Amino acid sequence: MGKGGRGWTLRLAGLLTPVTIWLGLFFLVPLLLILAYSFGTSGVYGGITLGFNPGNYLKVFDPLYLEIIVRTLVIALTNTFLCLLLGYPLAYFITFKGGRYKNILILLVMIPFWTSLLLRAYAWVVILNGNGIANRTLQFLGITDHPLLLIFTPQAVTMGMVYSYLPFMILPLYAALEKFDRRLKEAAQDLGASRWHTFWRVTFPLSMPGVIAGSILVFIPSAGEFVIPNLLGGARTVMVGNLIQSQFLSARDWAFGSALAVMLAVLLVGAIMFYVRKVGTEKLEGV
Amino acid sequence: MGDSKGGPIYRGLGKIPDRALLMFAGLVYLFLYAPIMVLIFFSFNSTKNTQVWTGFSTQWYGELVRDSSVLNAFKLSLTVGLTATAIATVIGTLTALALSRHTFRGKTFADSAIYAATVMPEIVVGVSLLVFFVAATIPLGIVTIIIAHVAFCISFVTIVVRARLSGMDRSIEEAAQDLGASPVQTFLRVTLPLILPGVMAGALLAFTLSFDDFVITFFVSGVGSSTLPLKIYSMIKFGVSPVINALSTVVMVTTMILILGGSRFLTSREDA
Repeated sequence: MGKGGRGWTLRLAGLLTPVTIWLGLFFLVPLLLILAYSFGTSGVYGGITLGFNPGNYLKVFDPLYLEIIVRTLVIALTNTFLCLLLGYPLAYFITFKGGRYKNILILLVMIPFWTSLLLRAYAWVVILNGNGIANRTLQFLGITDHPLLLIFTPQAVTMGMVYSYLPFMILPLYAALEKFDRRLKEAAQDLGASRWHTFWRVTFPLSMPGVIAGSILVFIPSAGEFVIPNLLGGARTVMVGNLIQSQFLSARDWAFGSALAVMLAVLLVGAIMFYVRKVGTEKLEGV
Repeated sequence: MGDSKGGPIYRGLGKIPDRALLMFAGLVYLFLYAPIMVLIFFSFNSTKNTQVWTGFSTQWYGELVRDSSVLNAFKLSLTVGLTATAIATVIGTLTALALSRHTFRGKTFADSAIYAATVMPEIVVGVSLLVFFVAATIPLGIVTIIIAHVAFCISFVTIVVRARLSGMDRSIEEAAQDLGASPVQTFLRVTLPLILPGVMAGALLAFTLSFDDFVITFFVSGVGSSTLPLKIYSMIKFGVSPVINALSTVVMVTTMILILGGSRFLTSREDA
């Protein structure tokens, strides 16, 4: 293959043209479009006038919207933390104690990972609703004598999210722990470190790439989530995702909706850049 | 374990965290599977109750098959999934070839764009496409759904095929060319068969993503075009029913079969 020759250039152009057109036209251009819209002004009937109007971004500080944004961040962070709390011991267990069952154990994490989020949220609708299993169990145990309002609460949303996003945490943690050189653990223990010390001073710091990757993979979609709060949160637990949805589909304030979407995307870019600085790019792709 | 070198008392203590860890892992697995199992279990219930077991029946599956709106949604999902998969697999494979075999100006940008497409929050992709289609006056419907699905599937196919290409011995291709094969012959007779497991895995991944997608489709479908996830969503909004349990079971089992098939393609890497 004559590198740099005309045939080579033509071939490269042939390979790259379809992706450039498709992702350029149907991914990058739409993103630029909402960036432009986010500085526009929405008309009364849903039309939009372009310009430079920072008002859509300032609207975020309106207490009504600020409350939704704060709630979103709290739920997304709680979710990330709980996933780490439940996911780390499991990933540790699979890696170091899984033995010959390791592949089956990790496959059992993959299966829910690939099951539609919508259906997994529905499972919790069934469990948490008025006469659902959760309420029946509580009444059976005598904790309450009348059905409690379990669904349509922030706790129900958090529950649904932890359930949905836990595999997103476990898989990168497992990938990071798998690469871990076990001899380091043995060395630490031979040098007299207790298991507790070995874990906190050796294993955990070395698994940080997995912790960060997992946290980003959980935090980003949960900050943008709108299906779970829609089904499990009801009208009282509105998150940014629901706010964006309503701006586009019912309120028809596309400028404000675009500004919210742009902020969500920027938050993501920030998180990814933080990750790339800390760890590098090759890790996330293995997920 | 390092603690086996300790005395008997120390060893005994060391077992406690192990047992606790085992129990904890068991509980997390229970947490992951119990809700799905409950869902599947009650799809076979004999009454409309999704909470109390009253006897075995497959009537909800029967009702599902007779519901023409569910069948239409299923057909639409299948059409969209197959079309989007075919287009995304071709484009993604070409892209993977370009990225793993060539260096060119703007490659870092191309890498970042492909990567960004996999991590961008779905709601941002959904609303930006909605805005784009409306601005370009493209009517929302099956065409816009397919366009959107191809857009989010390309990157995943590219990543999977590229992983396969990076593990490939390039000297085989060089040998083919030294023996007089043209670039096209080399590609069709040597490269393609070697990367085929990766391409198939990428295609299955794309189909699964397309078949399960709710958020992006929700924004670009318009009225009248309901894929299966959209249909399920509107059914859930209407109320809990064992028919949804039955439909969920069908979708989950389909997805699992596809993924298990896909992982077989990926694990056959060595013996290909």
